[in-house]
Amino acid sequence: MTVATRPDVDAPAEAWRGFAGRRWRERIDVRDFIQANYTPYEGGSEFLTGPTERTLAVWHKVSALFPEERRKGILDVDTATPSTITSHAPGYIDRERELIVGLQTDAPLKRAIMPNGGLRMVENGLRAYGYEPDPFVTKVFGTYRKTHNDGVFDAYTPEMRAARKAGIITGLPDAYGRGRIIGDYRRVALYGTDRLIEAKRAERALLDSRPSAPHVIRDREELAEQIRALRELARMAASYGRDVTRPASTAHEAVQWLYLGFLAAVKEQNGAAMSLGRTSSFLDVYFQRDLDEGRIDEAQAQELIDDFVIKLRIVRFLRTPEYDQLFSGDPTWVTESIGGIGTDGRTLVTRSSFRFLQTLYNLGPAPEPNLTVLWSPQLPEGFKRFCAQVSIDTSSIQYESDDLMRPRTGDDTAIACCVSAMAVGRQMQFFGARVNLAKALLYAINGGRDEMTGEQVAPEMPALTGEYLGYEELTAAYDRMLDWLAKTYVNTLNVIHYMHDKYAYERIEMALHNHPVHRYMACGIAGLSVAADSLSAVKYARVKVIRDDTGLAVDYRVEGEYPAYGNNDDRADGLAVDLVESFMAKVRKHPTYRDAEHTQSVLTITSNVVYGRHTGNTPDGRRAGQPFAPGANPMNGRDRHGVVASALSVAKLPYEEARDGISLTTTITPEGLGHNPTERAGNLVGILDGYMTFGGFHMNVNVLHRATLEDAMEHPEKYPELTIRVSGYAVNFVRLTREQQLDVISRTFHGSL
Amino acid sequence: MNTAATSASRQAVPATGPLTGRVHSWDLSTGVDGPGTRFVLFVSGCPLRCLYCANPDTWHMRDGRETSVGKVMGEIEKYRGFLTTAGGGVTITGGEPLLQPAFTGSLLHRCKEAGLRTALDTSGFLGTRASDELIADTDLVLLDIKSFDATTYRRLTGGPLAPTLNFATRLDRLAVPVYIRYVLVPGWTDDPSAVDALGAFLAGLSNVDRVDVLPFHKLGAHKYDALGIDFPLRDTPVPDPELTERVREQFREHGLRAL
Repeated sequence: MTVATRPDVDAPAEAWRGFAGRRWRERIDVRDFIQANYTPYEGGSEFLTGPTERTLAVWHKVSALFPEERRKGILDVDTATPSTITSHAPGYIDRERELIVGLQTDAPLKRAIMPNGGLRMVENGLRAYGYEPDPFVTKVFGTYRKTHNDGVFDAYTPEMRAARKAGIITGLPDAYGRGRIIGDYRRVALYGTDRLIEAKRAERALLDSRPSAPHVIRDREELAEQIRALRELARMAASYGRDVTRPASTAHEAVQWLYLGFLAAVKEQNGAAMSLGRTSSFLDVYFQRDLDEGRIDEAQAQELIDDFVIKLRIVRFLRTPEYDQLFSGDPTWVTESIGGIGTDGRTLVTRSSFRFLQTLYNLGPAPEPNLTVLWSPQLPEGFKRFCAQVSIDTSSIQYESDDLMRPRTGDDTAIACCVSAMAVGRQMQFFGARVNLAKALLYAINGGRDEMTGEQVAPEMPALTGEYLGYEELTAAYDRMLDWLAKTYVNTLNVIHYMHDKYAYERIEMALHNHPVHRYMACGIAGLSVAADSLSAVKYARVKVIRDDTGLAVDYRVEGEYPAYGNNDDRADGLAVDLVESFMAKVRKHPTYRDAEHTQSVLTITSNVVYGRHTGNTPDGRRAGQPFAPGANPMNGRDRHGVVASALSVAKLPYEEARDGISLTTTITPEGLGHNPTERAGNLVGILDGYMTFGGFHMNVNVLHRATLEDAMEHPEKYPELTIRVSGYAVNFVRLTREQQLDVISRTFHGSL
Repeated sequence: MNTAATSASRQAVPATGPLTGRVHSWDLSTGVDGPGTRFVLFVSGCPLRCLYCANPDTWHMRDGRETSVGKVMGEIEKYRGFLTTAGGGVTITGGEPLLQPAFTGSLLHRCKEAGLRTALDTSGFLGTRASDELIADTDLVLLDIKSFDATTYRRLTGGPLAPTLNFATRLDRLAVPVYIRYVLVPGWTDDPSAVDALGAFLAGLSNVDRVDVLPFHKLGAHKYDALGIDFPLRDTPVPDPELTERVREQFREHGLRAL
């Protein structure tokens, strides 16, 4: 609910000079401001400018620290100061030259500790990189201040612990920040914190007359924390000499204010994904006004964005090597959503949409920020071509279907993390990681025993005993197993998010949301292609079971051929669709914490490698330990008819039953898009148009030669910037583990002979 | 080496059953087999034995899978909307599609009926087997001219050059747009005078949209290994970019669009 505040009182005339529209002045409504003021841009990229000397000087100064950071794991860390919005003195890369200021600590790349999520995670992170935990911090968080992690383990049941340990439910945010909450950082620039505090007070006042039931008390306390966080944001900004209590009055201030809002969030939360939102066309209103006023020229506009992006590229968190192994490198998922079409049919592409993408040329390719284009065939041709060209040149962009999201979450939707859509400032999600559907199938065959340890993890059910797997018998057992899994899973997530709210509440991010907020419970599934192909093998070929002497099914022999998911063949693709639909239906049966709306994703990030390692032989012929395909991808090498057939199989998965996103990662060789460079961009546009028209939700596009990756494995020093898209985000290829590098190289490259 | 040509007579056209052909595989490709993204049907069997052939697994009709026109069209139908949106169509290649002219002609006709753009990828060696009706159903011909020197052509392919040039002239008469494909093999097809002569010939035609100079590659070498046959050009170098550009420039000097 949006709360009206006093209209026309103290209207910040100077800051809002020349702006149109009324509703956004009367209440907090950034979307309305954008709609009333932005300038759609239908042209091409010819107006863009290169980096300035100043930008390059700042960038070179900070990027010169990267090799040492890569070598040591982390460059530096403040072990003694639990991070809050105001905990650290101001820090700079190059105080004389920086246009946009603000660092997480007092020095670039120096990490902070955030023990509210879990003390053990902090201590393990420190020790892994050769630092000793600070005894005072250990005493405070070990004695006086309980953490999220402690709370979760107090409330887990034995069954939840067993499921977690066996890896059938994995990646749970029970020891670290859940992330995936996008504060509407634009509000800081448009309104200033004084006005935002005023609005929050009004929201809280509406609760005064409500009975003090537990959920009302909680809301009151949270709103009080939000107000406190906004005050701290203003104090932190003041330490950099910036007054964010009032609205920004120039483009330079707008970028700075917005960044300080985001900075407050990453100072306090080590969230798995700390996404930025949808800022480029909002900022463009300020850029356009400054350009019209002659305050800046194009080169100055570009360097503000470049400088901003430098800051986004150096967000760092202290994490454990295990965490980084799961997610590859050092990801922060500072996702920025660009482009799209408004509900009135005008494109939301502005010149600043181009400027954000231009940073990949001006500063070179990089995984962060996670640049995400909201694609529609209706986007202006010039923008589409530029995106395709940037993809071909840098492999650093992902695409998500604006046409699927707009009717559901509106035209101010942004992506959190990789593929999770939400209306900025109105919706948030409880990140739920994922369950392993392939392992669940093996549990169905083995009556709830784990195929690797033999332990009884799920409740004991009759194991399948035939020499060959029977399709009807298997699907019935699988259905029962998934019933159990969905129930255990949702209940586990409820525990996690109850405790996260209690011990590690995202004060500043939630201060930049409306109250009350719409919540999603974002469940997820991994191993979809393995499970679907296994079912297809049983249905269309014959699968013989090989058991060990305890009767545990440990291997399978496929006799005959079966249609595999990923070839646009309904026989196999239909099985994947059924799995998505049925698991979603099972998840929906279980009540959620704070009445969050159930959703699920088909996304693995790079944990497909780890999930595969923890899953035994599967009936599709996959060997134990072999990585799963990432996200909703077909299994590597089983999609035999090129990228389009593969993509159209994935496009059949119903978005309505996987509203948290369906991820497809493709790798195409340059020649696979055309003989000559001039045609490639146009052809990639055609593929994206076709894929999205036929229901595709997400596509990571890599345009690479396998030989390039092989060379980068041998000579990482030659490829410090080599960026590739993996399930939902981008990574530095040379920062992947060797196992992950081999997995990427083994993936299907769609080329041509 | 013309043994496969005689096998064309085995093409099954039963009086009662559906028309079938021998198919190696199908694929979707982008930007390489005609404009945009295309459904590419690889038919089996080829009368030529080009030394640089990247698809030796398509030489013999007998190795293909007997497939009806209806079944192929069913597969194509799944992509009709995509191909239209993405800006592409259907390409029949091989092998040599004109080794199975009835099958190929029927497919092209059905595609046109379905509103799809069509392309035929051929060496032109069997151009006389293409009826005027088949050509009328073809929006674009990807014509591989392996060499303009008759002696080299025979050494390179095992067949004569003349049928290909006759086919090119006929396509010009019928005003069918053509992309010329010229595989550039160092020591075989880089002779400047032969390139010039081909350029002059093509410049005399009015239907040549472009000339694709395709640098020889050895990505098909593993297929030879798998088939247990010798890859004759295994030790031939791939052309360097300067050579490729020189040859393209030679075509451009004749007013052709060379890519």
